[in-house]
Amino acid sequence: MARTRTWVSIALAGALGVSLAGCSSTGGKRAEDARKAASAQGRAAVNTPKWTFAMITHSGDGDTFWDIVQNGAKQAAVKDNIDFLYSHNAEAQQQAQLVDAAVDKRVDGIIVTLAKPDAMKAAVARAEKAGIPVITVNSGSEQSKAFGALAHIGQDETIAGEAVGEELNKRGRKKALCILHEQGNVGHEQRCAGVKSTFHGTVQNLYVQGTSMPDVQSSIGAKLQADRSIDTVVTLGAPYADTAVKAKADAGSKAEIDTFDLNAKVASELKDGTLGFAVDQQPYLQGYEAVDLLWLYKYNADVLGGGKPVLTGPQIITKDQAAALEEYTKRGTR
Amino acid sequence: MSATAPAPAPSPDTKVDERLLKTSPLRGLMGRPELGSVVGAIAVFLFFAIFADSFVRAASLSTVLYASSTIGIMAVPVALLMIGGEFDLSAGVMVTSSALISSMFSYQMTANVWVGVLVSLVVTLAIGVFNGVMLTRTDPPSFIITLGTFLMLTGMNLGFTKLISGTVSTKSISDMQGFSSARDVFASTFTIGGVDFKITILWWLALVVVATWILLRTRFGNWIYAVGGGEDAARAVGVPVNKTKIGLYMGVAFGAWISGQHLLFSFDVVQSGEGVGNELIYIIAAVIGGCLITGGYGSAVGAAVGALIFGMVSKGIVFAEWNPDWFKFFLGVMLLLATLLNHWVRKRAEATA
Repeated sequence: MARTRTWVSIALAGALGVSLAGCSSTGGKRAEDARKAASAQGRAAVNTPKWTFAMITHSGDGDTFWDIVQNGAKQAAVKDNIDFLYSHNAEAQQQAQLVDAAVDKRVDGIIVTLAKPDAMKAAVARAEKAGIPVITVNSGSEQSKAFGALAHIGQDETIAGEAVGEELNKRGRKKALCILHEQGNVGHEQRCAGVKSTFHGTVQNLYVQGTSMPDVQSSIGAKLQADRSIDTVVTLGAPYADTAVKAKADAGSKAEIDTFDLNAKVASELKDGTLGFAVDQQPYLQGYEAVDLLWLYKYNADVLGGGKPVLTGPQIITKDQAAALEEYTKRGTR
Repeated sequence: MSATAPAPAPSPDTKVDERLLKTSPLRGLMGRPELGSVVGAIAVFLFFAIFADSFVRAASLSTVLYASSTIGIMAVPVALLMIGGEFDLSAGVMVTSSALISSMFSYQMTANVWVGVLVSLVVTLAIGVFNGVMLTRTDPPSFIITLGTFLMLTGMNLGFTKLISGTVSTKSISDMQGFSSARDVFASTFTIGGVDFKITILWWLALVVVATWILLRTRFGNWIYAVGGGEDAARAVGVPVNKTKIGLYMGVAFGAWISGQHLLFSFDVVQSGEGVGNELIYIIAAVIGGCLITGGYGSAVGAAVGALIFGMVSKGIVFAEWNPDWFKFFLGVMLLLATLLNHWVRKRAEATA
């Protein structure tokens, strides 16, 4: 035992030693801190009662996209003097139970996604019955009104896909590959189908295992090697765009990489021309608007959209806009 | 059951110790646990060589080898652990943990990237020790213990990343000192005959060689087979069972560290939610390669070939351009066929040996 302890202390001392000695003079947190100007401290802008809003999404663990939605919602919550609760579960049944729990807690408003609408129907109805206003975001634009929600805020996935198809036409593309990183996700299928419907060339779908980047890279690489005539790769999530860039290099392909959604890496790669374009649905806006609209409803009985979904996208982002957006992607709001 | 060395039937009239009997090289080959998987791999290769035009091109094979190597680096230590009779369900997310630790430590401390890499090695090995010690000091089976570790790591990956970075993925460390040299070690490519190969292939081969040497030429290797074959019997003859198991978990942790560093230095930003589900793929590769789920039997080469089969099938389907809606179905069918062939060959070999 004594020997083990000696080894542990040697290891710890060693680790500490190298960490003190081996500082990086480039990059890192110090550089970030230096970059960051003092941001405004969040303070409530209104003196309405402290209402509690719950947001329940179908997000999986550690999803960049939902992180941005949350950032938007939290920002609005601070401003509107709202106690904001967030929970998520990728399983529809579990998500419905989370909604039930929020209803039981007698929150003042609920924001919910309808990725699997049928499973959510009863839970949303229960909230209505308890007199809790519901706003749907992101997915479920078709069901939102029927379920009795106040409004829907989000991007229509098919419309977003169609916008990509049109942009590809503009760029004179012939054969596109649509990379789906979650097999069985309805929104993903709609996006690729949307691309297919407006694109004059051909579109092929490719399913990859989104939880393993090496698998994504080697699958896209294999496809590009198998079919040399592919001149465009469209990824459905920002983290996969950069992986597609690497796969393209591996395969020695000339294809253009385009993507749905933004992140810091995508913004910088758009700027330097590595990526063609990105189509953004402004997740920050989905979170922010949902909270703000619930507040407006509680305070002033306002509603938006007049029964039609309020669209937050698609916004096509190319080299020209990327430079301006880069800073916002770094702080996690775009 | 606990022996991997070929055991020829001793003829009753000889007085020579059966362990000293000479066996023909062919017989020796027939008794190896990886024989079946090698036959399976050849069958899969021929299949795709016929049905996918672009499969046999050098560049395509490089892609297949890359896919196989990222599985194989983990499948080899996981196979050793399985031979020792235990499981590690935390192996998949441990890879992500390892990458996150390097990245975040370097970034937050503004330290040279190599410092983060070394800290990550220490912490990842500590996770392996934790698994091993928990297992040997308490009663529940490794399945439950490492399921606990799996869940804890999944939560910690997300929780710490969010706490430290403010988002669910790490910041880019590509502009930091030491990044390019670390990338050379963990994520570079090398060229043979005009074709680019990923360095993970070399890591994979090196691990196979080291693991095979440990299994067949060292005392520790004997302990692994003994522990997996029968823990109580092994303990009775003086094998340090607990030490062996802790060592095996550290081996898995070491593999996770290599994979994690590859992940970090080839993609530069790490998503905290990744890795879930990969532990099963490693176990599948080891099983295809001839490891028994009950322990005591298997080989490192077999696990590597298992990873190769998995890599060939998953990428071969893409090369063959089959309808992607059925991808998982094809994958299942091919793996099942390869495994059945493997099993059949081994049974035949055992019958004739």
